[in-house]
Amino acid sequence: MRTFHPVASYSASSELGYRLLPFRFLRLDDGTEVLVNEVGEFVLAPNGTARTLIQKQLPRTSDLYATFKAKQFITDDSSSPLLDLLATKCRTKHNFLEGFTKLHIFVVTLRCDHSCHYCQVSRQTADKISYDMSLGTAEKSVELMMKSSAHNLTLEFQGGETLLAFDRIRYIVSLAKKQAELSRKQLEVVVCTNLANLTDDMLLYLRDEDILISTSLDGPAFIHNANRPRPGNNSYELTIRNIERARKVLGTGKVAALMTTTQLSLQYPTEIIDEYVRQGFHSIFLRPISPYGFAVKTREKTGYQFNAFLKFYLTGLAHILGINKNGYDIAESYAKILLTKMLTPYGTGHVNLQSPDGAGINVLVYNYDGDVYATDESRMLAEMGDHTFRLGNVLTHTHKDIFTGDAFLNLLPASCNQSLAGCSDCAFQTYCGSDSVFNHTTQGDVYGHRPTSDFCKRNMEIIKHLFKLISKKDPEIMRICFAWIQNTSLKDISNGAPSCG
Amino acid sequence: MRLTTAGLAGGFSKGVVGVVSRVPLPIEARTDRILVAETVPNNPEELLGYKGFLTNAKLERQIEALPNVSSVRDLDHLRTDDIIAMEPVNGFIRTVYRPDSEHNVIFATERCNSNCLMCSQPPQDRDDTGALTERNLEIIRLIDRAPSCLVISGGEPTLLGGRLLAIITALRDKFPDTYVHMLTNGRIFAWSDFTSQLAAIRHPNFMLGIPLYSDDSTTHDYVVQAKDAFDQTMMGLHQLARYGLRIEIRVVLHAITVQRLPQLAEYIYRNLTFVEHVALMGLENIGYAPRNMDKLWIDPHDYQDLLESAVEILTTRRMNVSIYNHQLCVLRESLWKFARKSISDWKNIYLDECQTCGVQEQCGGFFQWATKLHSRYVRPVDSSKISGQRTPGAPASRPSFGR
Repeated sequence: MRTFHPVASYSASSELGYRLLPFRFLRLDDGTEVLVNEVGEFVLAPNGTARTLIQKQLPRTSDLYATFKAKQFITDDSSSPLLDLLATKCRTKHNFLEGFTKLHIFVVTLRCDHSCHYCQVSRQTADKISYDMSLGTAEKSVELMMKSSAHNLTLEFQGGETLLAFDRIRYIVSLAKKQAELSRKQLEVVVCTNLANLTDDMLLYLRDEDILISTSLDGPAFIHNANRPRPGNNSYELTIRNIERARKVLGTGKVAALMTTTQLSLQYPTEIIDEYVRQGFHSIFLRPISPYGFAVKTREKTGYQFNAFLKFYLTGLAHILGINKNGYDIAESYAKILLTKMLTPYGTGHVNLQSPDGAGINVLVYNYDGDVYATDESRMLAEMGDHTFRLGNVLTHTHKDIFTGDAFLNLLPASCNQSLAGCSDCAFQTYCGSDSVFNHTTQGDVYGHRPTSDFCKRNMEIIKHLFKLISKKDPEIMRICFAWIQNTSLKDISNGAPSCG
Repeated sequence: MRLTTAGLAGGFSKGVVGVVSRVPLPIEARTDRILVAETVPNNPEELLGYKGFLTNAKLERQIEALPNVSSVRDLDHLRTDDIIAMEPVNGFIRTVYRPDSEHNVIFATERCNSNCLMCSQPPQDRDDTGALTERNLEIIRLIDRAPSCLVISGGEPTLLGGRLLAIITALRDKFPDTYVHMLTNGRIFAWSDFTSQLAAIRHPNFMLGIPLYSDDSTTHDYVVQAKDAFDQTMMGLHQLARYGLRIEIRVVLHAITVQRLPQLAEYIYRNLTFVEHVALMGLENIGYAPRNMDKLWIDPHDYQDLLESAVEILTTRRMNVSIYNHQLCVLRESLWKFARKSISDWKNIYLDECQTCGVQEQCGGFFQWATKLHSRYVRPVDSSKISGQRTPGAPASRPSFGR
């Protein structure tokens, strides 16, 4: 007859104690600490827990001990450290790097009919066709894009106002589709446009080619029209009317909108969000303004203090959660990115919030004149006269030239937050990213200085806030978070979940 | 439901597996058949060509040429086309396959490399793997109509090594459309050569049910009474996933496993995101369980908070979850939609209290051994409670095997 052994036979021997695996921690301001392991799994615990843990004084029989062991913060002789498992999770977190550059932005023209204060692009008036991408440049750009090893490519058209160079879009799409088929790649095409010059012919073309539209909507008319002046001061009316037209022809899911936050916007987070709900959108990206292009020149008009943006963001996020609770599904895109990193085994390849930095690695920009830039922001910087992040030119450089050239290589040392001062020991490292172009622009070098960095401040504060939300253990908030993460409705999540909360 | 009986064995020294016929058959149809009769035929020719013979009558004289069991206590449960195994010496007659049941099990071995505190089928330390494999391959040969599903269980089936691969290959070849669910502790799959051999069979309809009792290795090892079992199972699960094999996680709920059930749910999501299904299962009061009940017992009523929290964690993360072996009257109403009628037909009962219950139709009931021990909250439920609920016991995305 077999016999049974007590639990002590299976626990670690007390003499040998435990060893630490990599983790980082931070004290939140509400009496709790957050400890985060190498793959983004976290433990929220009372202040002092990290100290106890590190001083090897955590009692072996405590619940926290089991939790830290299960989450691979510590290891003891009761079991193997399962490092292969940790490695698999690490690989999963960084899966977004697979295939290298996936997003390819084509700046088909700098011409524009709008004259937005915050324009990041230094637009040219609508008649200056010398600011259009030439056919030869287009061909070379498509050729370079196809050199990417990624299987799934996104071709995104930006301007200027892209519809003013619609013949270029047609030309590039047909070229890219042919070549994608030859190299067995999947191609998704997005046109970023203010929609003002949208014709029925264009719509039919976009429908037939299965092209997505990304437009700008800054909020209700009084904000949108103030932010986005054009002759006739009717940008809002045109945008709304054309979103409807586009949805009818392309389908609702094919039209997305992005907003830019200005000094004016800061006072109206709820009005802006309500406008997105009124227009039937199910996501909104509460984006801070970028310190590039005209946005810098007109800082008087659009510039604002970081704290004001944070207040705007947090007020907006609370409002959005309330709207979801009341039955309308709308996700806040920035929170969604962060929550995915915090609450799931997966990473996200958002180019401005990843490590390594997405510059070049996840995105390349092909300017109208053939210049290749590491990010969209890099070419805006170039329009201001700073060509640091010009990686080459499609007419004179090969794929190899670009990715072995000094401009790209100079970016790399600063591209991993794992090795940046102020980031290497930050609890939020796995959730955050590095943005060399932002650092260079705002602080004068690609490494940046965390204590004075708006990028750092913004992410620290928002991530802390999200941890506070999570620590409330409100099942409905968690359901909303997972509905966002999984691109589904709160109703769908709740139908799968136990019916009382 | 009776699945075994016994009598006086004669005419054979090695186990015989055959298909029951309760009516005499023409000589050419007798080859694989075991004739079951109330009386012994007078004419010896009437027994010619059968694989075996069973009767509750007493034999006047021994039949030497034919494996037989006589003076059998009870034969009424044996039906034509059932597959039975006749054992020499002790005269046991086991029903090993019933064509009209959804709960047939290929019983691989009684051996096991774990020794779970609550094992419903305590392991035996003798090598039965050769004899049982032979029997199981014969059963597979004898099954006439493809069953919709089959369970491979034990003991620990993987201890069969290559013999297990032979059984799964035979099932693949004969019944490719039959869903095969194998219950295993998964430890052996930590060794990738065995895992790759299993994967190489490419059975088109195969899933493994593997228990994980805690996110804490010490607790898991304690429950299964085997040092390093947690590590091996975790590595095994990842090897299986690497080879694209389909996996279900099974958690038996008792006083030791429920304490960290929400943490286990989160652990499964973070570390075993690839599993297709998580089954949270009520304790079965048989085998080792009664001996260890002082450590294991918690009234299911008292762990509803933990169970609900674990289900919430899994479902919000879009993982499939089912609750097995729980009665609706004990289960919190919010969890009814996850309850499945999971208990195998031959050991499934309802108690006297259930006679007036309005939701008995939808309820999975009890294991037959629950008469001795069950929740103190068992009571009839008003049928109006069921309205507005997704019907409990509605087919899961896969057949549910409570074992």
